[in-house]
Amino acid sequence: MQVKPLELGTKELMDIYYLMRLGRAIEDRLNLLYKGGKLPGAIYLGTGQEAIEIGASYALEEGDVLAPTHRDMMSQLPRGITPREVFLQHYARANSLTHGKGEDNYQGDLRRGTFATVSMLPNFYPVAAGAALAFKLRKEPRVAMAYCGEGATSVGDWHEALNVASVHNLPVVFVVINNGYAYSTPVYKEMKVANVADRAVAYAMPGVIVDGNDVVECYREAKKAVERARDGGGPTLIEAKTMRMRGHAGHDSATYVAKDIIDLWTKRDPIVRFEAYLNEKGFLNEDSKKEVIDRINAMVEDAVTFAEASPYPEPKEAIEDVYAE
Amino acid sequence: MSTPSNRMPASGNVNGGGRRETKETLFIDAITEALREEMQRDPNVFMVGEDIGTYGGAFKVTKGLLEQFGPERIIDMPVAEEAFTGMAVGAALMGMRPIVEYQYADFIHCAWDQIVNVAARIHYRTRDAVPMVMRAPSGAGLRAGPFHSQSPEGWFAHVPGLKVIVPGTPWDAKGLLKAAIRDNNPVVFFEHKYLYRRLKGPVPVDDYACHIGAAKVQRQGTDVTIVTYGAMLQTALAAADKAQEKGISVEVLDLRTIYPLDKIQILQSIAKTGKAIMLYEDTRTLGIGAEVSAIIAEEGFEYLDGPILRVSSPDAPIPYSPPLEDYFLPQVDDVMAAIDKLSAY
Repeated sequence: MQVKPLELGTKELMDIYYLMRLGRAIEDRLNLLYKGGKLPGAIYLGTGQEAIEIGASYALEEGDVLAPTHRDMMSQLPRGITPREVFLQHYARANSLTHGKGEDNYQGDLRRGTFATVSMLPNFYPVAAGAALAFKLRKEPRVAMAYCGEGATSVGDWHEALNVASVHNLPVVFVVINNGYAYSTPVYKEMKVANVADRAVAYAMPGVIVDGNDVVECYREAKKAVERARDGGGPTLIEAKTMRMRGHAGHDSATYVAKDIIDLWTKRDPIVRFEAYLNEKGFLNEDSKKEVIDRINAMVEDAVTFAEASPYPEPKEAIEDVYAE
Repeated sequence: MSTPSNRMPASGNVNGGGRRETKETLFIDAITEALREEMQRDPNVFMVGEDIGTYGGAFKVTKGLLEQFGPERIIDMPVAEEAFTGMAVGAALMGMRPIVEYQYADFIHCAWDQIVNVAARIHYRTRDAVPMVMRAPSGAGLRAGPFHSQSPEGWFAHVPGLKVIVPGTPWDAKGLLKAAIRDNNPVVFFEHKYLYRRLKGPVPVDDYACHIGAAKVQRQGTDVTIVTYGAMLQTALAAADKAQEKGISVEVLDLRTIYPLDKIQILQSIAKTGKAIMLYEDTRTLGIGAEVSAIIAEEGFEYLDGPILRVSSPDAPIPYSPPLEDYFLPQVDDVMAAIDKLSAY
């Protein structure tokens, strides 16, 4: 097992930069396709959340499992989910990871350690805890990580999952992306506590707040939590403070968010910030940046072309695979 | 036929016959044996639930299992049905074969979201198997009131992706539970709590599993078919005895599995008798009897010599007071009235 270091070197940092840029490019392209009426379904974008999306799941190792929500496509990129797979899923093609059955952003692949989520959130918090239970029972040094937004923390499953995971000391990391809004509902209508992480006290586990737009911090805290879980230290709750920079879904122009809030968070863009950091370290310059972006654009082009040329499922497949053999 | 004790005739034991070596076993012990044997057979099988460890479960189904298998395989959970059902899904996806015990079928409703939206929706999308069994004591007749008596099998049978089993005999309880544990799908397994310590019957001593999706003719007859399952099997058999005295030959078909339904045996029996009574403990509207009636109407219409009748509980919550509950539950006399009505055709 390749264990990533707590303090990342050039190779990993550039890998993360590539993944953040890739995530942004995929989402920008999805947004255009959606606006142009090219996609059969909806889009749920995590634009502006690249730092926590990729920073946290990057801390997982091979054999670990990730339970994202449908806003967390980018978190699956470090698990090896490819641009082609993302577009195939949105285009509902036969060769997508869910064979045209699961909707737009609900791709997953167990073999690469990432679940295909459901719409009810945070339903995969218990599922991730269950994977962690299996690891514990079999004495495997594996960790589960689950994502959700702050809105999902109002649901009973969230509290049940944290409680059970703590009682049974399970190797699981709970990541909450506090992006300000659950659809149109702002945080202050969602909870009375100042921080989601404050609730960790109730479950006797560490509650960590990270700057959700600082990928290095997101990675570092996630890495500590993952290795703590792997070492038998039990679950951790990580709250990433960030902002949802687009609407809840593609149809939602999010006019309920004040423009100055968006302006403020635009200045905190996690990719721009990370570029400044890499630049300062001497890892990135305009040429190497252009090289990354060009490579990504070509990949995204290829993925869209590939998805559009891929076949739809046969209609009769609608009634197949309801049950396992 | 007004008190619950009357619902369990001494002749209620079925499934005997043949040369296979069997042992008289209580319904509840048949279930415990199935759990024990499957846990011995497969190290991936483990159990989660409330009070299933030291206490042995609300009905003592898991009594002795903690001592035999330890706390890593008989896992007591907090009062969190959603969480431990979702956890079973997660563990199943990681290759385990979890068994979830709900204290009462009434409390399986607390886990509805995880069962319907998560467990039943995985294989269809990603072709990943979710081998898990959800066991729940269901059914009325114990003066347990609206929250400890429900028969929710119809709700789950309506969810594609789930299999639903309601055994009516110790033989089937053991054989079908073993089959459920070995199945690669989420299976909801309802154990009628009235039968736990009241119904004894032969159970094969050798290792066996029943086929999920196969009904069973529990009594041969020629004049009318009663299609039933669960504890109502005993009511059907008692009614069949009574009808015999009047010279009416009743066939009793025990569905055993609610989903998938055994269409072939249903239609075969109706082809033979030409008359059909649906007997089920669940409330009337859109219950299992309604579905079986529709199957007969669509595919067995030409066999029918009379209307398809339903004998079921009424569309009401299950009441607590003895006269109310007895009025609520289908009784042998209700079945007899249906038989008499069909005799006119």
